[in-house]
Amino acid sequence: MEVAMRSIALTKGVPDFSEGAVSFNEEGHLERGKTPTVMNPNDAFALEAALQTKVRHGGHVTATSMGPPGYASVLEEAMEEVYADDTYLLSDRELAASDTWATAITLSAGLEKYIEEVAEIDLVFAGFKTADGETGQTGPQTAWAMDWPIVTHVIALDIDPDERVLRAKRLVEGDIDEIETVEAPLPCFVVTDPEFEPTYRKASHRLTHKQLRADTQERAANHEDHLTTWDHVDLNLDPDYIGLDGSPTIVSSVDPIPKAPSEREATMIDADDEEGMTELLEEMQPFAAGETG
Amino acid sequence: MAADSSEHEHYEAVVVGCGPGGAAAAARLADHDIETLVLERGTEAGSKNVSGGLIYGEESAPYTIDDLFEGFREEAAERPVTDYRIHNVAGNSVKTYDLRDLHEHDTEWCDAVLRRTMDSWLEKRVHEKTSETGGGVLTDVRVNGLLRENGEIVGVTCDELDPIEADLIVAADGVNSELARDAGLMDWAEPDEWFQGVKATVEMDPDVIDDRFGLESDEGVAHLFSGDLFSDVRGGGFLYTNEDSLSIGTVFHLDSLVEQRAEPHELLDALLTHPLLATWLGDEYDEREYAAKLVPDSKKVAHPEPHQGRLVLVGDAAGQMQAQGPIIKGMNHAVTAGALAADAFAVTRGNADPAAAGRRYAKMLEDSGTMDKLRPRRYDLARTVGERDVVTSVVDSVLESPIGSIAVGNPIADRLLKRAYNSPFLVSMLPDTATGYVTLPSVIGETHGKTIHWENEVDPPSLEERIGDLTYNTDVGNPHIELVDESYEASGAAVAACPVSAEEFGGGCYRSETVETNGTEETLVSLDTQPCVECGTCAVVADTEWEHPRGGKGVEYREG
Ligand SMILES: Cc1cc2nc3c(=O)[nH]c(=O)nc-3n(C[C@H](O)[C@H](O)[C@H](O)COP(=O)(O)OP(=O)(O)OC[C@H]3O[C@@H](n4cnc5c(N)ncnc54)[C@H](O)[C@@H]3O)c2cc1C
Ligand code: SF4
Repeated sequence: MEVAMRSIALTKGVPDFSEGAVSFNEEGHLERGKTPTVMNPNDAFALEAALQTKVRHGGHVTATSMGPPGYASVLEEAMEEVYADDTYLLSDRELAASDTWATAITLSAGLEKYIEEVAEIDLVFAGFKTADGETGQTGPQTAWAMDWPIVTHVIALDIDPDERVLRAKRLVEGDIDEIETVEAPLPCFVVTDPEFEPTYRKASHRLTHKQLRADTQERAANHEDHLTTWDHVDLNLDPDYIGLDGSPTIVSSVDPIPKAPSEREATMIDADDEEGMTELLEEMQPFAAGETG
Repeated sequence: MAADSSEHEHYEAVVVGCGPGGAAAAARLADHDIETLVLERGTEAGSKNVSGGLIYGEESAPYTIDDLFEGFREEAAERPVTDYRIHNVAGNSVKTYDLRDLHEHDTEWCDAVLRRTMDSWLEKRVHEKTSETGGGVLTDVRVNGLLRENGEIVGVTCDELDPIEADLIVAADGVNSELARDAGLMDWAEPDEWFQGVKATVEMDPDVIDDRFGLESDEGVAHLFSGDLFSDVRGGGFLYTNEDSLSIGTVFHLDSLVEQRAEPHELLDALLTHPLLATWLGDEYDEREYAAKLVPDSKKVAHPEPHQGRLVLVGDAAGQMQAQGPIIKGMNHAVTAGALAADAFAVTRGNADPAAAGRRYAKMLEDSGTMDKLRPRRYDLARTVGERDVVTSVVDSVLESPIGSIAVGNPIADRLLKRAYNSPFLVSMLPDTATGYVTLPSVIGETHGKTIHWENEVDPPSLEERIGDLTYNTDVGNPHIELVDESYEASGAAVAACPVSAEEFGGGCYRSETVETNGTEETLVSLDTQPCVECGTCAVVADTEWEHPRGGKGVEYREG
């Protein structure tokens, strides 16, 4: 057996926008309690990458999230998808309404504690942007806080556990037309692109994958037994630096996107139709003069 | 190549295909504690497969499916067949014979099955068994050829996986076996070596089935149809009862379909709309699925030595599909062959000659009497001497004369004919001419039959609707069949013979079109594989490069 890899897959819940049930409080913050929460769709690619690592090299995947206690359901979903061995939730009232910066500090504290108390980590996987915050900052900021190398926009991944390096294909500047291959030492932070595709070209890998799926179904059904929750005391974090108080990012307001006017009727005029063209020009005169209809 | 061959994955045995043949082979290999990997191109076993289908447990067979898989009949099968009849049809006149004697000959049990349910059930059992040997079943993987080293077969190559080496390769990949073709053991050349089967699965409440067919809930019936309801196309129809559906279909000699330029879906409709079916189908016809597949005729193509090096062929891949008159036996023989191939490998394990297992397998097929069922020596003899044709033309001319019809029509003949139909020996000798399939049954129907006056209200779905109801996972931009010669002479037969194409229908796979160039008219054929149900017909009747779609792509049957 090759050297087993220990991975952390970061995931978070996002409001289920599909149901259109998003609500904001008076100060303009998202009221997550009133909106159904699902796993951030882009995290699925990070989970796939963590799973691929485990299938190919053996090892352990821990799915980790920071958020309210309700995120346990997101971690359960993650466990089902990534066949995670266990899950960790960093949850505390003091951690509520963190922006990406405060989230990154909290996550890195969680990772540090994990390394100290649970095991060394080889890889941390994060998804590209969340469906709600849309900043794409959490991954890089957490990596920075950990002082680890980071590879972003990863679309394919190979790991050499003996050499302790990873080789990744990535989109340069997130551009689908420009792909480069990079190498990085482990431990490393990997941010997957939505173009990420796991590949399993060996029968033994596919058999392992299938076995993991079968084993996981049982585990996910008893998810609470595999869930560890850490609060700010466990993480030894000062409330002043985390949560809303520690979030320097202020979103001034969110404007509704104006609806395109659609009541007008379109009239088709042939370019050869002299009379029609004259009428059209007359009608357009006021617009040209700066008046709007 | 030799340098990186050590990097290939290796399994003791690789089984290609998880139909009854592959499932039996894999289960038996696992019983012998042989590390076994099963590769199946469907997204689940059964999603690509079609049969009528009655599966037989033969008394004389060395293996039956319930020997290998405990609980098969209770959990994977539909109703047992407790009544078996053939209807000789001449127009609206029908004469029915009880064929239980023929059906029960050498039969321990016989159940109707639906292949998605059956094969997916088998897949789970096979995966459990083979996992314990260090292998397992992988779906969505298509094997696309044989891996060779210095000209010797050493493994398989796949679309989705890197090459895999094995000490034994079992090709249980069905009627259009790409592996048998790659090895040069089978070809797809002659239409007269194949049948084409087409089938509709029809929704029906269990209580309604019991009521209309006069059955208890643990009983089932098989009805067969022959005569002139399919014009002059040689073949017949069937109707089997499942738990909550009916399987209704037709099986025709492919050469006859081509000769008559017959449209398979129309022949199926001829059966569905015949007055005889009115009482069973009632006025609410709900077709769950339309399906089709080629069927090999073992009398002609069962390979006497179905092996080469480490490769063995089992089931349809080896042509082991026996048409015993109206009785179709393919699944049971695939099971026997698969299990025997596994045993042959187990007993020759450790033998330095990689071909030892294959030779032993062929011998076991012979010694167990399986080969003689598939290719009765009598039939081969009659064929080579051309005796068949002479017999046929004599019988034909007698039957068609008024005297002949009267002879067949007298009461003694009625008794004798019923006996003849029930003789497994005579039935297996029946020549493949219109005599057995059309002339004789319609004369019987006409002279002994009762006229049926029921009004059949069934309005079968159009081809377009049938295609629309099927599930496809199209491999966009990567068609699995390529038309090599688009002239009508070379490939035009597919326009009618393809079960999802028809002359004057633009929504099918094959279309013909008359184009004018420099004043001369020419009819050309074009192909769109999107609606293809992967039956294999055009591999035989048209000039194509024919492959199966990649793993998990193409049509997905839910009933089969
Ligand atoms: C309309 C009709 C009616 C029939 N009626 C009966 C009946 O009543 N009784 C009876 O016994 N038989 C009947 N048959 C015949 C019977 O269905 C076959 O003989 C039987 O299915 C053969 O079993 P098999 O295991 O050899 O092949 P199949 O059942 O065809 O299984 C082959 C398997 O291999 C897989 N495969 C193929 N190519 C590849 C590849 N390249 N890579 C990976 N996987 C691959 C396929 O997906 C499939 O699962 C009927 C057939 C038809 C069409
Ligand atoms: S295109 Fe060929 S293989 Fe496909 S359904 Fe038609 S005849 Fe069968």
